[in-house]
Amino acid sequence: MNNFEYQQATTSVEAINLIENHDGSRFLAGGTNLIDLWKYNITNPTELIDINRIAELSEIRELENGGLRLGAGFKNADTAYHPVVEQKYPLLSKAILAGASAQIRNMASNGGNLLQRTRCYYFYDPEVPCNKRVPGSGCPAKEGYNRIHAILGASEHCIAVFPSDMCVALTALDAVVNVAGPEGNRSINFADFHRLPDDRPDLDNNLKPHELIVSIDLPEKGFAANYSYLKLRDRHSYAFALVSVATALELDGDTIKEARIALGGVAHKPWRSAEAEDFLRGKIANAESFALAADIILSGATGYGHNDFKIKLAKRAIVRNGLMALNPESQLPGAQPSA
Amino acid sequence: MDLNKTVGQPISRLEGKLKVTGVAKYAAEYEVDDLLHGYVVSSPITKGKILNIDISKALRIPGVKDVLSHENRTKLAWFDLQYTDMDAPPGTVFKPLYDENILYNGQPIALVVAEDFETARYASTQIIFEFQQETFETNLRNNLDKARPAKKGFATALKPPPPPPTGDFENAFENAACKVEAEFQHGTEHHNPIELFATTTVYEGKGKLTIYDKTQGTINNQLYVANIFGLHYKDVRVLAPFVGGAFGSGLRPQYQLFLCVMAALHLKRNVRVVLDRKQMFSFSHRPPAIQKMRFGSDINGKITALGHSAFAETSNFEDYTEPTANWSHKLYPSPNTLFEHNLVPLDVYTPMDMRAPGGSTALHAIECTMDELAHQLKIDPLELRLINYSEMDPSSKKPYTSKALRACYLEAAEKFGWSNRNPEPRAMKRGNKLVGFGMATGIWDAFQFPARVEAMITKDGRMVLNNATTDIGTGTLTVMTQIAADELGLSLEEVDFQYGDSKKPFSMFQGGSAITSSTGVAIVVAAKALRKKLLRKAAEMDASPFKKAKEDEVIFSAGKMHLKDQPEVFISLKEIIASNKGKAIKTTNLGKPHMLKLRKYSLATHSASFVEVEVDQDLGTVTVTRAVTAVAAGKIINPKTAKSQISGSMVWGISKALHEETIMDDHLGKYINANLGEYHIPVHADINQLDVIFADEKDDLINEIGTKGVGEIGLVGMPAAISNAIFNATGKRIYKLPIHFDELI
Amino acid sequence: MQTEPQDHLFTKQNTCAVNLKVNGEDKKLFILPWVSLLDGLRDHLHLTGTKKGCDHGQCGACTVICDGKRILSCLTLAVMKNGSEITTVEGVAQGDNLHPIQQAFIDHDAFQCGYCTPGQICSAIGLIKEGKANSREEVKELMSGNLCRCGANVGIIDAIMQVKDGGSGE
Repeated sequence: MNNFEYQQATTSVEAINLIENHDGSRFLAGGTNLIDLWKYNITNPTELIDINRIAELSEIRELENGGLRLGAGFKNADTAYHPVVEQKYPLLSKAILAGASAQIRNMASNGGNLLQRTRCYYFYDPEVPCNKRVPGSGCPAKEGYNRIHAILGASEHCIAVFPSDMCVALTALDAVVNVAGPEGNRSINFADFHRLPDDRPDLDNNLKPHELIVSIDLPEKGFAANYSYLKLRDRHSYAFALVSVATALELDGDTIKEARIALGGVAHKPWRSAEAEDFLRGKIANAESFALAADIILSGATGYGHNDFKIKLAKRAIVRNGLMALNPESQLPGAQPSA
Repeated sequence: MDLNKTVGQPISRLEGKLKVTGVAKYAAEYEVDDLLHGYVVSSPITKGKILNIDISKALRIPGVKDVLSHENRTKLAWFDLQYTDMDAPPGTVFKPLYDENILYNGQPIALVVAEDFETARYASTQIIFEFQQETFETNLRNNLDKARPAKKGFATALKPPPPPPTGDFENAFENAACKVEAEFQHGTEHHNPIELFATTTVYEGKGKLTIYDKTQGTINNQLYVANIFGLHYKDVRVLAPFVGGAFGSGLRPQYQLFLCVMAALHLKRNVRVVLDRKQMFSFSHRPPAIQKMRFGSDINGKITALGHSAFAETSNFEDYTEPTANWSHKLYPSPNTLFEHNLVPLDVYTPMDMRAPGGSTALHAIECTMDELAHQLKIDPLELRLINYSEMDPSSKKPYTSKALRACYLEAAEKFGWSNRNPEPRAMKRGNKLVGFGMATGIWDAFQFPARVEAMITKDGRMVLNNATTDIGTGTLTVMTQIAADELGLSLEEVDFQYGDSKKPFSMFQGGSAITSSTGVAIVVAAKALRKKLLRKAAEMDASPFKKAKEDEVIFSAGKMHLKDQPEVFISLKEIIASNKGKAIKTTNLGKPHMLKLRKYSLATHSASFVEVEVDQDLGTVTVTRAVTAVAAGKIINPKTAKSQISGSMVWGISKALHEETIMDDHLGKYINANLGEYHIPVHADINQLDVIFADEKDDLINEIGTKGVGEIGLVGMPAAISNAIFNATGKRIYKLPIHFDELI
Repeated sequence: MQTEPQDHLFTKQNTCAVNLKVNGEDKKLFILPWVSLLDGLRDHLHLTGTKKGCDHGQCGACTVICDGKRILSCLTLAVMKNGSEITTVEGVAQGDNLHPIQQAFIDHDAFQCGYCTPGQICSAIGLIKEGKANSREEVKELMSGNLCRCGANVGIIDAIMQVKDGGSGE
């Protein structure tokens, strides 16, 4: 655990200048993950640049294209309870409220939510090898206890999963991440923001050095009529997902016009299958269709022993959540399975 | 004395205001001048030796006072015996920073002492160790070939080995009309009180120490410190007025106490040491166990063979035993029995009592086996218990001092609505949920330890009592105040029960659900002596109407002593003390179990738990939607705090059945979920309706107040009741706890 | 991970002045930036009512109300909250008059050891203020960030429901 200097930035430009000029410095927003990792001696910043007072990061506003811009510094809870989010993007609201606890949601920023590190036991223990923490040191999870680990998109180097709930909904909603950096501003499609571990599990996402997330844009389409978020875990609240599903449907009567299904807790990033969503287009919205789509989504899934159950569980969760999306009122607090 | 009785009343916790306002101080919270902070360094390896320690970098950090390790520690006691505490199992006690040997992962290997907490914590990362690692064994199942009976020792008195075989078990089981053979597996659990283990040592000089410690036994820790550091026990004072939960983890002195005292003596300064949450997984725990059950019955459900063989983990240095195989025959008669409890020593720290040790593990196996027997016999599970009901203890062939288990069964079944149960698995449904009903029996000890109480009436007519016990959240302060108030006819406001201090008269550690009976009886004995002294003093007064009164001819009520037959004749306690020149009248007395009389009896509390679960038919998620536990535990002093003890234990039962497990990675030899994020205990969302019933159980034999203790009995039956309800819901019998919901799909 | 001792960081230049209004009183702290709000309250201001249970955001014992919202003081650096208003359990009652939640906790025996209690109380006050929990199920869900190892869960939720429905939770 190292000690650090502390600075506050009041504009994004200032923040980026500060981080460029100090090796090992990190942006500090809500702190809910960074301070935790620092205390565990996993992240060792030499300087923290507090971005909580950058006004431009804290906005939330409707866009001319009908979408909604979520400031990166806006808090998770404020986002979930924002009237426009509740009305137009209830899937996002439900997913945020399924994550962490009320206190943490009051602290955590939207940008920080995207940058959460995995909750893999071995990543969190600096005394043991971990390729994500120390590249090349090994992955004890593969041979160890891997109940919480990945069944999709893992590599021989890393089988960790990405823990966010919010990002599962953002993936389903085709959000866009706006970033600022020394080389200027750019936008990243949500599907391209996080990455699979491959041979660089130390990299969770495709941000370049010193880039700062400024905002997240939601497109106009919010799927407010038919949506559901389901989270399965070892207790009814305040636990990370073993499997979670965000489902958003656009229906024409009983027929699916468009389907979005994203899985959490199963891979190094929220998982979507274009093939499955294409399959569902034009199908009747029922258990049978969802089950066939689930087979497609999980077709490449592999278990590592303790997490083999996730394949079957994810398939069933996709079916149930599809049915819940047909009747969004069936959703329960804590994103539990419908009664 | 029948006026204004407080015993039996639902009195709110007397320390409640201190707790809800944040005024109550716990071990790490005492404001002490010039305090140094210690931070523990834990071994990252599981077994081997420390070859070298380089503390030079750490010492260069501004604010670091010293780094203590086995290389530079102060000269300590030499003999194992001096480290032995009241709860030490047979073996060699672990001695922190004793030598270079690493016996388990997370073992304390150094203490950094600095001017502030943050500096000590930072410096703890700047020490360079060189280790020589050795191979280790941490897996119970892989080492069953090493199983052996426990060594005998002092602790054996409270935890006797299983009784010897009776009849011809093998033959009887083989020929039983109905038989069930099953193997149950339990994982490691850690106590995880929310308060971190902590000690604040005030260095008073001249060999004197005042120690604020997180413990369940102030005197236990006082003697431990005095013995090891060669101090006079009167110079060591251990205080623990508030304890933020312990559940057994405070029954033995933990290493932060040792390290904190050592640093205080070494630096001649006030020192505080607080463990972090990961270090809370580096000492005691409930051991993992494998239990092999073989129960046989005749066609009518009468049990003919009871077999229970347990294999449990212990460390390589002490033989910790929890009673497992002893229980089934205390409940159910059987002519043929075979009981074993064997230990498997592994490279871990010594396990330790954790709420209902042995009982909660064993009764899960026993009562699930009974449920399966009922299922195969097509007899209602409650009916099977009643068929095998015994008024006496079949294992000792002695009568119980009292046993209202039948009332527990019937009252809880009635309240629960057991008669609505469909015995066929998967037959009850509610939307997407399979509904299951399950029940189980609980049994637990009714211990009483010797305790000494000083009681006095002061010049303002108040009663002050002194006893060294702690109140770990059980309601001890409130309950003792109630007992004392009734004994002297005072209001609760007129009684000060002072506790949590090793300077006060003797109490054992607060464990085994024993303190209400232990200190409570001592209060009754002391109060009797006090009444006698007050009467004698009153009789000495001029023209006293009490001159010829005998003890049973006076009553105490509303701060006065009255003649029983002439209640209008009285004297206030204040006046009696005034006649004693204002000097308090006091007495110190010992309360102790009536061993001779009680040798002819068996002593136990009983319970019956009934549980409803909903299991999602597709996804397997489990909800304990409601539960009823009826308890027979003698007299209930305070139904409010007692109910909380039981419903809190029921939450523990839910946790044990569905949530908590410490996961050992056997390749690494360490626990990998040593935090409260991944070591799951129930959150509010997991807990639904919990009903508690206290069966009427009058017990004039067990002790002067007729109490048996309620700290653990509420947990014992719950895990099996939940497992059995899950079986009723799903048709799946899961033999391993906790039950993961994915095993149900 | 081993790093070089960072002596230069223990200097006056790295010390931060932090102004907090704690329970209505202005407080000034001179601390190094790595001091958590929790340790700042406990070790520097001697307000030990706020509890340390895990120090990693996993138990809720350190919950305080910061600028009207319940947060975890263990995952907050004190320096981040310069200028903020903090209410801890010590500031919840009005003099000798307990806050309705405090009284309800006593009445419902909503605690045993009392260690998680300050966090539960601050969290409950935050919950009622947020106004998002309508049913008992929602209260349970939104209180699930506060663990109680004694298992006083039923009493805690009963106490909150009573105050919430009684409308005196502010």
